[in-house]
Parts: sequence; structure tokens; C-alpha cells
Amino acid sequence: MTQGFEVYSNGEEQTMSTLLEVKNLATQFHTEGGVVKAVDGVSYHIDEQEIIGLVGESGCGKSVSQLSVMQLISSPGKIVGGEIIFEDQNLLKYEANGAKMRSIRGAKIAMIFQEPMTSLNPVLTIGRQLTETLELHLGMNGETARTRAIELLSLVGIPSGENRINNYPHQFSGGMRQRVMIAMAISCNPRILIADEPTTALDVTTQAQLLELMKAMVERFHASLIIVTHNLGVVARYAQRIYIMYAGRIVEAGTTKDIFANPRHPYTIGLLKCIPRLDEEKGRKLVPIEGLPPNLINMKATCAFAPRCSTGSKRCSTDPWPPLTHIGNQHYVGCFLNDEEKKSELSA
Amino acid sequence: MNSQLNDTILDVRDLRMYFPVTMGLLRRKVADVKAVDGVTFKLKRGETLGLVGESGCGKTTVGRCIIRLYQPTGGQILFEGEDITSLPEEKIRNLRSKMALIFQDPYSSLDPRQNAGNIVGEPLIIHSMVKNQSEYRNRVEELLRIVGLDPSMKDRFPHEFSGGQRQRIGVARALACEPSVIICDEPISALDVSIQAQVINLLEQLQEGLKGLSYLFIAHDLSVVRHISDRVAVMYLGRIVEITDSQMLYKNPLHPYTKALLSAIPIADPFVEETRERIILKGEVPSPLNPPPGCSFHPRCFQAIPECSQSIPPLHEVNEGHEVACIRV
Repeated sequence: MTQGFEVYSNGEEQTMSTLLEVKNLATQFHTEGGVVKAVDGVSYHIDEQEIIGLVGESGCGKSVSQLSVMQLISSPGKIVGGEIIFEDQNLLKYEANGAKMRSIRGAKIAMIFQEPMTSLNPVLTIGRQLTETLELHLGMNGETARTRAIELLSLVGIPSGENRINNYPHQFSGGMRQRVMIAMAISCNPRILIADEPTTALDVTTQAQLLELMKAMVERFHASLIIVTHNLGVVARYAQRIYIMYAGRIVEAGTTKDIFANPRHPYTIGLLKCIPRLDEEKGRKLVPIEGLPPNLINMKATCAFAPRCSTGSKRCSTDPWPPLTHIGNQHYVGCFLNDEEKKSELSA
Repeated sequence: MNSQLNDTILDVRDLRMYFPVTMGLLRRKVADVKAVDGVTFKLKRGETLGLVGESGCGKTTVGRCIIRLYQPTGGQILFEGEDITSLPEEKIRNLRSKMALIFQDPYSSLDPRQNAGNIVGEPLIIHSMVKNQSEYRNRVEELLRIVGLDPSMKDRFPHEFSGGQRQRIGVARALACEPSVIICDEPISALDVSIQAQVINLLEQLQEGLKGLSYLFIAHDLSVVRHISDRVAVMYLGRIVEITDSQMLYKNPLHPYTKALLSAIPIADPFVEETRERIILKGEVPSPLNPPPGCSFHPRCFQAIPECSQSIPPLHEVNEGHEVACIRV
């Protein structure tokens, strides 16, 4: 299920060293209806102080891939293969609830969740929730932790922290709650911040505030940021590199400029054509991607995008899913089309 | 676009909708939430007017007042020249055959126990649009075909459809009575990115096919609103702050809130993003229960002067068809 996948960490000239490398990650859910391959052989990496984007529609496995890194997959889900290399150690060797994983989760790799309404504990004050992390990971106690928590609140733009620290989540607006989440995430000086659809539930002007805040925070703490989103605009604005996911696989990867200027996978091309742009001229027609995203239960081994693809060849419905192939400067694409183009270029 | 655009079908004048806040056993009224506070606009035949704003700005309430799901507190709504502001209950039903609503959530706006055919056909029966069984059947099948669904799906129930297909059923239901105005309340925000374009294109095709159909398109996503609308009205805290055609809105936004809203939306193009100015507003939208004095945007405004808190700026025309409510413009 995870074979035939080119792992591309070597050979590239990288100015920064790789901080996290995920190789052939596979996470499955065993349901009554069959096996759901939510993440099926996903490989990616993030360098120090880099911002990357993981883009896809709902159900494409982008969140599950991130929860797998944190080992937050609960039954019936299971990580069935792959490696997650962080600081020269394979995190998948550690038990999900073991001491080693707990010392990394929330401390060295922190996560900001989509729903600030449900991801904070409603019966604890935000002060308690902030100091909990500090006490657990940094061994702070009582007054020191409280002072640090107030500092963190002012850092993320919550005024009069000394009063707000005793408030409960319901006393904060959605945007403010997400600020609290950011404060919790950065509290232990993480190396990597994973933001899973961090602003989807919020208003546009609040979204902009929070994304700027997140960027400022990772710069300040010299951390790296993984933005998981369905919004191509957000990654265009913030990410240096992008991974496009479809049906549990990465179908295209590259620098943000390459992906937008020269998209090669039909799905990426389709996505760019089907979204209205704020700066578009009058009369531009959207070209929708016909059909529906596939059901991930008991999927065939062939390319899952083939039924919706307008440029597919015969191979697409017979050969197994094409592996990611290198097509130039950090640009990888998983489509037969590019193989054929390459061949015709070579023969020409 | 053409001459029929000059014909006003919906004329909203100084619309106000206050919701009382009550307290205690006797439900004493202690305050008003001014959800909509003096909204004026005109919708022409065959036109699409976008209504955009953040949550709580009153855009949905405007739509619901127009179709008379709410009894407005004040102002006037003229539909095809007739004042419908205080139309009695028995006449409202007749009105709703000419105005339809498409809801945001295709999961909760369709009755789970009715099949697609019944959902689409119910308005036909209620408004006596068909004479007999066979006419009914033909019309239902036609409606499903118009929105791109296979008529053989009419016996299926909502849970058997995908989100995009459900929204198509919602569109077919809205079209059933051949309305002249359709109020689309966030019709695509619950759908996946690749499906959104299908519904947008469907709405556009319908308008091209049925001459004279007008949309009031309510949404928070300005890029979608701009795409589908001829003109766009930007709302903030119960008032329209700027109204102009959709090209001008991007090229020459005048109200500081419109500028901030535009700059807050990232464009899916890293080359454009590199050079774009970013205005990051401070704070959040104030509560409509206790709006700030004067211009309700002034506490967050980067161009505010002391006079801004003195009085509420009226909407005034700065260029032809371009109205702004700001004393600095």
C-alpha cells in the first residue's frame, strides 16, 4: 500500500536543515464498511523556520496526517506504516501515551486546532489551561507559571491578561479563543507549530489578524509552521512550499511560486480554475471540477482523481497510482501525464 | 448590462429591524439589538446584488425581512412597486411565490423525510401552480433537469445526496414558482471548494436562461460575491457602508472598512500577494447591542478623526452609482 513511493529528501540543496521528515506515512481506519485509507503513503518534510502549506478538500487526509505526527489517532484509526523523523528519532517508535511522546507533543511540536470553541476545556479557566502546559513541560510552579501565562497572553494580543487569566473560555470571542490556543501552543517554545484550519470558523478580518499573529510568533520563536487549509489564498500569502493532497495522497509538491505559476497535476490546475479570485476581471468563468471527491472506503489502487480528470490517459485506469516524480527545482508531481510529456520531450 | 436592468424590482428604503432584549419574569424589554439599522438599496430586474459583511452585520436579517420572515421595525420594502412592509399574513404566501430563498445549510434546510421530488414539488401544490398529477410530475422532472440532477433521482431522500446535489435540490425548490427574485443566503459556504464552482455556475446559467431573474446574493466571502454580482453592498454592524458595482469595489474601494476587508482576503497568487498592501484591523466587530457612538466602525478605523464619533455618516454618492458612508470620503 505504501510501495513505489519516491522519497525525496536527498539530492536537493537546502540552506536550512530538515526539522521534520515524514516518510511513507499510512494511517487507516477500520470501519464496518471497510478500510479507509485516510493517509496513504504520504511523504513530506519541513525545514527549520519554514512555513509550509498542506492543501486539500475535506476528507483528503490532511488533518489525519497531522494528527498522526502528534500520534493523536484513536481507535478505529491506526498508523500502519511509515516513519516520522524528528530530531534524528523516529517518533513512531514511541508509544502514543508513553513519556517520550508526551514530552514532545505539545512541547516541541504543538498544534492549533480548527475549532476554538470546542478545543478549549469549558470548565477550566484559561489560566489553568495555560499553566498546565507550563507546569507539565517546563516544570514551572504556581506564581512563575502564572506570570509566564500573563506574558503569553499579552504576546498574543489579549489585553489586561492579569484579569482575563481567570476567565473561562465562554467569556472570550472566537478570535480571542484562538489567540488563547496560540498562546498555549507557543508556551513551551515549540520547534514546530501545526495549525489545522486555524481560521476557518472565523470572520475574514479576524482571520487576517490571527494569521499575521501566527507568522509573527513563529518568527519570534524561530519555529516552523505547517498550515493545513483548504484555502489557496492563505497558502499563497504565507507558505514557502505547498503540498497538495487528494484522497489520502500528496499529488503535487513544490515551492509556492512554482505551484501557482506552473501547476502540473490536473487536480491542482482544476482547483486554481474553480475558485473566484478577488482581483479577477469581469466575465471570468469558473471551471468546476466535475464529479465528487471519492469515497475513501475500499479504494482502488488506481489514481483516485482519474474519474474527475479531464486529461487522463488509458494508463490512469489500469496502472497503480503514479508515484511522485521530480520535475524540477523542488517540484514533484504524481501524474502519468508528466511522464508522457517527459518522454516526448526526450524523444524530440 | 442591458435596458431591462433599469427596471427596479425591489426597493428597500431605510429598513430597520430591532430585536428586543427581554429580562425577568415579565419579559420586560431592556434594550434593542439593532440588527439592521437604516438599510437602503434598489435591486433591478435581472441584476445580482451582493450583500457582504462579517457575521453579525445583519446581512441575513435583511434577506429575511425582505421575504417577510420578520416583521421589520421600520422602513419600507417595495416589491414590484407594491409596499409589502406590512402585508397581512394571508397575502404573504402569495408574495413568496414571487420571491424565493436558498438557504446556507443544505443539510438542515431539506426535510429528511420527504423525497427530492416532494421537496421540489411542494411549492407547486401550495401555490396551485399545476392542474393535475401529470403536469405536476412533468414540472418536477423539468425542475430537477434544470438544476442538473437526473429526474430519476426524485424518489431519493436528502441523505442519499451529496452536499452539492442537495444544494441543487434547494435551488430547484426555489425555482419551482418561477420567482422574479431569489434571495441566496450563503448558498455555497457549506460546500467543498471544488463543488462551490458548480453551484455558482448553475446560478449564473439560470439567470442567463430565465431573463429577468434577480438575485440578492448574501455571503461573507467577498471574492465569491464579487464574482457573481453586478453590484456589491458592504455591510458593517447593521448599515451599508459602501455600495458600488463589483469592478469598482476592487479597483477603487473608498470606505476604510471595505479597504480592510479586501486586504484581509488573500488572493490565490503568490506573485500578487508579494506586493499587496495589508491592512490588519485592530479589535473585533463590536456588539450590535451596544454599538459605538457615531460611525460604528471608528474604533477600529485607521483613518478615524475625532469627528467620526459625533454623528452617523449617511450614505452619499461620490461617483455615479458609487455610494459611501464615511465623512473622510
